[in-house]
Amino acid sequence: MAVDIPDRLPPATSVGVLGWVRRNLLCPWYNALLSAATAFLIAKAAAPFWNWAVTNATITLDPAVAKRHTGAAWGFIREMWPVFMTGIYPAEERWRPLLALCAVLAVAGLTCVRRLRGAGWLRALWLTTPVLVFACIRGGGITGLPEVGTHYWGGLMLTLLLSVVAMVAAFPVSVLLALGRTSDMPVARPFCVAYIELVRGVPLITILFMASVVLPLFLPSDLDLDKVLRAMAGITMFFSAYLAENIRGGLQGLSRGQYEAADALGMGYWTKMRVVILPQALRIVIPPMVNNFIGILKDTSLVGIVGLVDLLQVAFATTSNPKWFGRLAEAYTFIAFWYWVLCYGLSGCSRYLERRIPSAGK
Amino acid sequence: MHASENAPSAAATTGSTASSDTSVPSAPSAAGDRDVIIDIRGLNKWYGQFHVLKDITLQVRRREKVVVCGPSGSGKSTLIRTINRLEEHQEGTITVDGTQLTDDIRHIERIRREVGMVFQQFNLFPHMTILENVVAGPVHVRGMPRGQAEELARAYLSRVGIGEQAAKFPGQLSGGQQQRVAIARALAMQPKVMLFDEPTSALDPEMIKEVLDVMRELAEQGMTMICVTHEMGFAREVADTMIFMDKGQIVEYAPAQEFFTAPREERCRAFLDQILNH
Repeated sequence: MAVDIPDRLPPATSVGVLGWVRRNLLCPWYNALLSAATAFLIAKAAAPFWNWAVTNATITLDPAVAKRHTGAAWGFIREMWPVFMTGIYPAEERWRPLLALCAVLAVAGLTCVRRLRGAGWLRALWLTTPVLVFACIRGGGITGLPEVGTHYWGGLMLTLLLSVVAMVAAFPVSVLLALGRTSDMPVARPFCVAYIELVRGVPLITILFMASVVLPLFLPSDLDLDKVLRAMAGITMFFSAYLAENIRGGLQGLSRGQYEAADALGMGYWTKMRVVILPQALRIVIPPMVNNFIGILKDTSLVGIVGLVDLLQVAFATTSNPKWFGRLAEAYTFIAFWYWVLCYGLSGCSRYLERRIPSAGK
Repeated sequence: MHASENAPSAAATTGSTASSDTSVPSAPSAAGDRDVIIDIRGLNKWYGQFHVLKDITLQVRRREKVVVCGPSGSGKSTLIRTINRLEEHQEGTITVDGTQLTDDIRHIERIRREVGMVFQQFNLFPHMTILENVVAGPVHVRGMPRGQAEELARAYLSRVGIGEQAAKFPGQLSGGQQQRVAIARALAMQPKVMLFDEPTSALDPEMIKEVLDVMRELAEQGMTMICVTHEMGFAREVADTMIFMDKGQIVEYAPAQEFFTAPREERCRAFLDQILNH
């Protein structure tokens, strides 16, 4: 009778870091050559940046001292940090955006606890968070806090607020647009097609201009729509058209059989969409949707055009400050870092969601 | 609501028109009273210019098992798909359990609730577990409380022999198992009629039997069934009535016994010859 061969571990040279290096960088011999050459080029290119950003850099708060160094003056960032974060938001009230951020992160953290997921109170918390965040940052009214109008909002805070609001608001709008466009309703369908094609055919800058300059011409003069709100509306409008087209792709990617099976059970249109179609369609379009979200995040930098001071505009403003005049390289590096962190965070979320939500293939 | 005020009177009218109309050649006997659950009259359907269904008239009685066969492209799938409006027809009337199939979405949904359907490609919902697949209909369409629906779903799942797999996803099951889940999903709506659209055509040979066994059992319990299938062994065993379709027409309509022993039509004989002696 055959004897079972006991399991052994694979040879040490084929697993772990060593195995990976051997397989991918060194074998066969010409790969080793290529690896060496590439490593040399990368080092050559990265070295000047490294020297500027680390070796020759200072973190002194004194611009005169910083001038004597050839590298970056990170003291500029140190001093301007609050401005980068919140713009000209009053210094003594800066704890409020921080509190709001902590609150959102706390709710997000709670959501990550598997046991709490789907709890009713957690959903209620999610629904109330936006209101609380807005009340906390703006103050005034029943909150008893001193009011800080939206024209004081700026920096990373404004960038985040604009993009998060646009993402959250554009999503349901785009789902409706996509459903409308794929339906055969005689009025809704042409309307959705017209909206999508019209908005998609116009640059975002134009829409922002129209929202801030043209729109007030049509509204009664005493109705003073908030500038930030108008920008949010413009960005939401613009991206809902793009998102709608992605979601339509997901809707059409499902087999006809899924629609027929839901129909055959006697489900009405909305039940069919909510229970059967959208969960699958949205799962398919997570990657392009997150792609869109990343686009939203970066394109909010266009609001500078209509006079809002977002993260990018703060970079311009702070570098025109006589004390740190012309420290553009530091400012750009710094904001590039933030944009990258946020965008990479989004794509991380996308990968996590894709893994977590069961798909058709599983 | 609507069902209660419309259904009885509608059933009565259908009954009377049916009885005055028993002379329709391709659908003899059967009709005449409320025993008729599906009543199709003068049905015509076109895909663009293409005439797929030609003057179909057919009555199905409660507890009757009808098997529809015929060469591919003969319109047999299209015929049963018009019954629950997965396909729209252009001429003729279809009445299911007293409800006439019109463009009114309420009529369509009422009929769909009473008519279960099993597809060639199973069409399970891949993002839901097996249990959720079966629960979805009763909960979201019938408005049944979740607990009760799950109990019902588990009962049907064990009836089709999938009780153990309730927590899995469709993709983790074999084709035969998926098709049995699809049958359970349709049954959980407690339909009055079951339509089977080539339920075994997408299955590996060793899985056909397990699905046919479930269907056989269902037939024994008195379910009204219309099956489009090429499984002539199953048909011979289960069917009360056989229908042979070709080029959009019902060519032969006969009790199963007569159909297999003495088919009248030459085309039908040739077809049977081919599929019985392949």
